[in-house]
Amino acid sequence: MSRQRNQGMALDLDWVSAVQANTSAIERRAATLPTRRSVKKDHQAAWLCKAISVIDLTTLSGDDTKGRVARLCAKARQPVRPDLTQILGMEDLTVGAVCVYHDMIEGARRALEGTTIPVAAVSTGFPSGLSPYHLRLQEIKASVEAGAQEIDIVISRRHVLTGDWQALYEEMSQMRAACGAVHVKAILATGELGTLRNVARASLVCMMAGADFIKTSTGKEGVNATLPVSLTMIRAIRDYKTRTGFAVGYKPAGGISKAKDALVYLSMMKDELGLPWAQPDLFRFGASSLLGDIERQLEHYVTGQYSASYRHAIG
Amino acid sequence: MSIRDIFNDLSYGPALESATEAHGFLASHQGRFGCFIDGKFSKPGTCFATKNPASGEHLADVTQANMQDIHKAIAAARRAQGPWAALPHHARAQYLYALARLVQKHARLFAVLETLDNGKPIRETRDIDVPLVARHFYYHAGLAQLLPTEAPDLEPLGVCGAVIPWNFPLLMLAWKVAPALAAGNTIVLKPAEYTPLTALLFAKISCEAGLPKGVVNIVTGDGATGAALVDHAGIDKVAFTGSTEVGRKIREATAGSGKALTLELGGKSPFIVFEDADVDSAVEGLVDAIWFNQGQVCCAGSRLLVQEGLAERFYTKLRARMDGLRLGNPLDKCIDMGAIIDPVQKANITAMVDANKDGETYVAKCVLPEGCYYPPTLITGLNSASSLMQEEIFGPVLVATTFRTPSEAVTLANNSRYGLAASVWSESINLTLEVAPKLRAGVVWVNGTNMFDAAAGFGGVGESGFGREGGWEGLRAYLKPKGQSNALLKPANPVREPTSPQVSGIDRTAKLYIGGKQVRPDGGYSSAIWSQTGQLLGHVSLGNRKDIRNSVEAAQAATSWANTTAHQRAQILYYIGENMSARTDEFAARLKNLTGKSGKNEVEQAISRLFYYAAFADKFDGTVKSVPLRGVAMAMNVPCGVIGAICPDEAPLLGLVSLMAPIIAMGNRTVLVPSEAYPLAATDLYQVFDTSDLPAGVVNIVTGAHLELAPVLAGHMDVDAVWSFSSKGLSAEIERLAAGNLKRTWVNHGKAKDWFDPKSEGRHFLEAATEVKTIWVPYGE
Repeated sequence: MSRQRNQGMALDLDWVSAVQANTSAIERRAATLPTRRSVKKDHQAAWLCKAISVIDLTTLSGDDTKGRVARLCAKARQPVRPDLTQILGMEDLTVGAVCVYHDMIEGARRALEGTTIPVAAVSTGFPSGLSPYHLRLQEIKASVEAGAQEIDIVISRRHVLTGDWQALYEEMSQMRAACGAVHVKAILATGELGTLRNVARASLVCMMAGADFIKTSTGKEGVNATLPVSLTMIRAIRDYKTRTGFAVGYKPAGGISKAKDALVYLSMMKDELGLPWAQPDLFRFGASSLLGDIERQLEHYVTGQYSASYRHAIG
Repeated sequence: MSIRDIFNDLSYGPALESATEAHGFLASHQGRFGCFIDGKFSKPGTCFATKNPASGEHLADVTQANMQDIHKAIAAARRAQGPWAALPHHARAQYLYALARLVQKHARLFAVLETLDNGKPIRETRDIDVPLVARHFYYHAGLAQLLPTEAPDLEPLGVCGAVIPWNFPLLMLAWKVAPALAAGNTIVLKPAEYTPLTALLFAKISCEAGLPKGVVNIVTGDGATGAALVDHAGIDKVAFTGSTEVGRKIREATAGSGKALTLELGGKSPFIVFEDADVDSAVEGLVDAIWFNQGQVCCAGSRLLVQEGLAERFYTKLRARMDGLRLGNPLDKCIDMGAIIDPVQKANITAMVDANKDGETYVAKCVLPEGCYYPPTLITGLNSASSLMQEEIFGPVLVATTFRTPSEAVTLANNSRYGLAASVWSESINLTLEVAPKLRAGVVWVNGTNMFDAAAGFGGVGESGFGREGGWEGLRAYLKPKGQSNALLKPANPVREPTSPQVSGIDRTAKLYIGGKQVRPDGGYSSAIWSQTGQLLGHVSLGNRKDIRNSVEAAQAATSWANTTAHQRAQILYYIGENMSARTDEFAARLKNLTGKSGKNEVEQAISRLFYYAAFADKFDGTVKSVPLRGVAMAMNVPCGVIGAICPDEAPLLGLVSLMAPIIAMGNRTVLVPSEAYPLAATDLYQVFDTSDLPAGVVNIVTGAHLELAPVLAGHMDVDAVWSFSSKGLSAEIERLAAGNLKRTWVNHGKAKDWFDPKSEGRHFLEAATEVKTIWVPYGE
């Protein structure tokens, strides 16, 4: 399925400054999200398969090795035990992508050969984004050359915190240009932006500058993806779509580790933005331990008995 | 559907909450319930069916209580009341605590049973209704514990009769039972005909709490049962929640009975969105405002007012949000809206919407299940003149119009007979805190909606009723001052014209005092006033209904008084006292001439009383309620508005001052009708007022016949409250006429009051002169 990429637009500061986000009201809405929707039995199993299909299976550790990444990629190819996927009728189920550091791109590509699973690379001085600017742009190009099919960049939080929207816009535009044809996810590091209003404004500016996805977190901040932050960002996506016609994707990352949480996120995406936003080209979970919980739930669905971690291959 | 099909379309399947246990409860009573009287279920009598609105399924048969059942229930409550009130406060607190715990322990059973009987989504009963019920009992366990030390001068009323609606059956029960019991009353409660089941389950758990028999009695039945309960001479207090129409009838029916009354009635609450609001959050707020409980909520934000520049964008977002609402089986944990309570109600909603020809009607494109469901509906482009902007629909129908400026928003919002709740959405703290106090409503939510808590008072003004539920102010409606006199008040008559009148000095004419001016009476009649010794003291004007009309107009025009600082109001009250003091001898002589008794003490007491309320003008503080919210819920004591007061004869000067001072200290304006027998004590005040910087229209005085003037005030639609301490036996007439605009009343029921007693001043006068307005301000950035 090919969808027109977000072409961005000129920075519209009037729009940015008119953005409002009432934290208290957003929190109240977020608090009821898990209570308003519930999926059971077959539906739950199918929704959990969907959740797997949008996971960016991630390893971003200093001790990553080729072997570690190969194991992760094997899991990406076969995220659930074959006997279970067979019963579910979901034999071809894979995760959405594998997400690694630059140096692991090549190994990941090799390990995923023969699949359609893309390799995403975090970039631009991840996670803090404070390395020299020209090196950050070069890092993107290097990762693209190394075969990364998606680039997760980090923005300069200081531009948001000082309200320098022009600088943020230019940074994002240049990073997108550096990505070329490769899709770019803009990591806002929402846990460091101070307010939901800043989250909303940063989301909007990154979309104006051409981000294909906006993403909450590096996973390294004190607070990562939360429902209030997610609501704020997807509302910005909706407004941007209404105004420009471009569909921008959303990736919550960090902190989503339970199957139940994944269901809440999926229903939120479907209800707030529509079914296309619950598919891998517009929605991803940045998660490492989520898959394990989903596998156990799926085995429970199939067998009727509660499962255990050791019964499922580690990633 | 295969897993892959669902994987592709991400459809929601059914996610039904089990109703097995709830049906088990019904089965344990063989599906037939008697009333709960004196601690046990009576044998079922003539029964009516209660149904599941979502399916029409027959749930149980419930007794139509007859007169004998009501007699028995009230007799049981009466027997129980003395011992219950005599229990140590800690013991009553323990019972309420047990009720709270039991509600929690049976939470899911209550929630499922409520959903079965009412048709509201299980999410709401499970996450909102039942937790609020438990919280209400916990909170009132605390009030019971603290009552003797915090309110030592108050005592219970006696036996309460409560009639509650079908929209929040268990929650409304809690709102009546908890304060009644905490205060030491006993109660006979009639649940709504449509939704009796959770009340019957509550009756059962009250036994598990070991509640003494007769303290809580449940009589089931229809409107006739409710009317019989309300009319019964054996109750001391009526607490009603329901429609304005029925509330008005209850006001009329209880007029003159001496029963305490609180009414929580209908509404057409405004939901105001300014262009700097967080628009998506405001849209979501509307979901909670008007599509909560299918819009069958008295305080539903049913009247949307959007700033004109934002309107189209807002409506577009709102329509899209409406399309995403899911209607269905209320037991499904994956739906937003359940069933309308009954086909009759659905027909009412349909008829009202179909009759409307104005504006544009948008019906949500959500799947509408078969049965008693009504789709979320938005009608935009209406004007204030459209009847749907004024009439309560009590269904999932939102009506909308636009405004240009904050002051226009306030004007539109207040263009309603109702005054229950309001929501204000803006990111400007200046704007919201400017607008919120100006809205005529008992509850205002800033950037939020439908927030409730036991600690915060809930209730309305105008035709939304009177009285508060929740907080100390709610408990107050179940208490009265200790040691009230039961002595009957003897009518006071003016001194008859003597056979040999003595006339001397320059002729003095006491006119009326309206809008700061002395004016001749409209009718052109006067009456001579004679001293006890047969001297002509002067003439007093005989006001008529037009003079009352003019006075109310003058009082309504003096709006700035409410916004005058409390310090300034205090200064003026002190000044009145100071100027009266300078003329002590003159006032004393006048009183002596009028009543034959020495007047000096009365004048001094009147001055003292002016000082008392001057002192209180800036000290009758509101409170910040400890609600479970990051934010504040401010309970502000706001003036009622225009209060008409028929003044007592027993102390013609002190009595008038005892009413006037608290009224104006709190920022109200007033129309006073002085003692009919001894009016000159009041007319002498004109010159005092004129020299005391009292703004025109704040105090208006119309002398004349109480029998003629009081009904005009009581029936006047622009008067917000009427007090009467007349000796003319007007209480019943005033209360009956007050039903017109449901104004608050405070009447003496023919009982005497000693105006020299320190108990004739105090907080209860200030409480009568104010409304508690709760403004919820959540915060956080």
